[in-house]
Amino acid sequence: MLTVTVAEVQKAFGPVQALDGVSLTAAPREVVAVAGPSGCGKSTLLELVCGLTRPDAGTVEAAPAALMPQRDGLLPWLNALDNAALSLRVAGLGKADSRAAAHEHFAAFGLEGFERARPGELSGGMRQRVAFLRTLLAGRPVLCLDEPFGALDALTRLQMQRWLADALEREPRTVLLVTHDVEEAVLLADRIVLLSPRPGRVVATLDVPLERPRHRSDPEVVALRERALAALGAGDELAARDEVAGP
Amino acid sequence: MTAALIVLVALAGWEAIVRLGAVDELILPAPTQVLDALWSDRDLLAPDLAVTTWEVVLGLAAAIAAGAALAIAMHLSPAARRALRPLVIGSQAVPVPVIAPLVVLVLGFGLAPKVLLVALVCFFPVAINLYDGLRDTDPDARKLLRSLDATRWQTLRMLELPSALPATFTGMKIAAAVAVIGAVFAEWSGSSEGLGHALLTANGQLATARAFAATLLLFLLAVALYGAFALLERRVAGWTPRSTPGGP
Repeated sequence: MLTVTVAEVQKAFGPVQALDGVSLTAAPREVVAVAGPSGCGKSTLLELVCGLTRPDAGTVEAAPAALMPQRDGLLPWLNALDNAALSLRVAGLGKADSRAAAHEHFAAFGLEGFERARPGELSGGMRQRVAFLRTLLAGRPVLCLDEPFGALDALTRLQMQRWLADALEREPRTVLLVTHDVEEAVLLADRIVLLSPRPGRVVATLDVPLERPRHRSDPEVVALRERALAALGAGDELAARDEVAGP
Repeated sequence: MTAALIVLVALAGWEAIVRLGAVDELILPAPTQVLDALWSDRDLLAPDLAVTTWEVVLGLAAAIAAGAALAIAMHLSPAARRALRPLVIGSQAVPVPVIAPLVVLVLGFGLAPKVLLVALVCFFPVAINLYDGLRDTDPDARKLLRSLDATRWQTLRMLELPSALPATFTGMKIAAAVAVIGAVFAEWSGSSEGLGHALLTANGQLATARAFAATLLLFLLAVALYGAFALLERRVAGWTPRSTPGGP
């Protein structure tokens, strides 16, 4: 009854080995974070789960998955409402119906009043919410989120992490969350899979048996963050602060 | 503002040179003489302007339709790409003055050869810019549509064509600027009307001021067409940074 099973997957791009024997699983409604340094094949893992590319060796079994690409992937010529409704349009629903279906969520997503705004007129946090709504409306059991908050400033990122936790509370899904931010993984996930630098291998899997809502100052959160950073070989205070501040 | 000033100074200099008798006015008429010819020969020039405008508008429409069809075919089918690309590029290597008489020979003296020659000059910038625009689609957005199981047709309609629109407008603006060249050469190869024809007869009659007036009209026609496309671009492709007032 696992929605995602990745077993001993190998993937190379030309001479570059991106993934080297990676395995992970996600149970229904489980949030699994995949954390690791830049270029460790995290995005490739999501593309494999979404069926966008095939593994060189190993197997990928996954229920239908919706991808939220890095940097939101909003179409600049569509307004917020049409961007959110894109999944439904592609699925064959008519223009008016898909707009109406997307609009039902606009208030809950804090997007009311911005239906006709183009992505260029939206703040970074709002763009991510539109992109997440589009991903949600694809109606797939699995959500693949690729660095959803990577481009946001630190403060907005904290707000959006809290917001995503609430949104998943309301609409539970199986989630694969790729991030380079270990703290984000601890705040949001039920389980964290830590990958090594290229070629990506699983160095550790941490369970996060903490109550929600979680706060970054909770002692358990801090302890888990340190354990994760230690497993990645960057356990000292300085590296931890770098990781929180982001690139 | 500065541009207007430069033009005014240049025109004043031009006027002075002719008025002072430095150049024979049969060779170079003064700007005021050109304006005078434009006004006094308006009944002669207005029908010619209408004819050439019609030729250019039809030719541009044909060029945009043919250019878009070619670009999309080349984008969708590697076989079409291999077959058409050398022909498309080769078509631009043939000088218009060389091909114009041949086209007139085959199609006669009517509207058809003019439209065809304008289209021949104009389809290339449209086709190449649209084709490149279709290929330059954001890879992330492409990935997104693939993950949504979009069909080839949906990807073209929802992603590639809209994202290629700004590049296509660049192609259409280039086409608008060069379209009159095709019309003039076509008229020179066989015609009894149009601004190109007016230019020939005025030269034959040593009516240099009228020839300049016809040239001025051709210039204004090209500028007006360019402006029309620029305006249309701002309306239908308003999301691009360059369409935002005050943008870079």
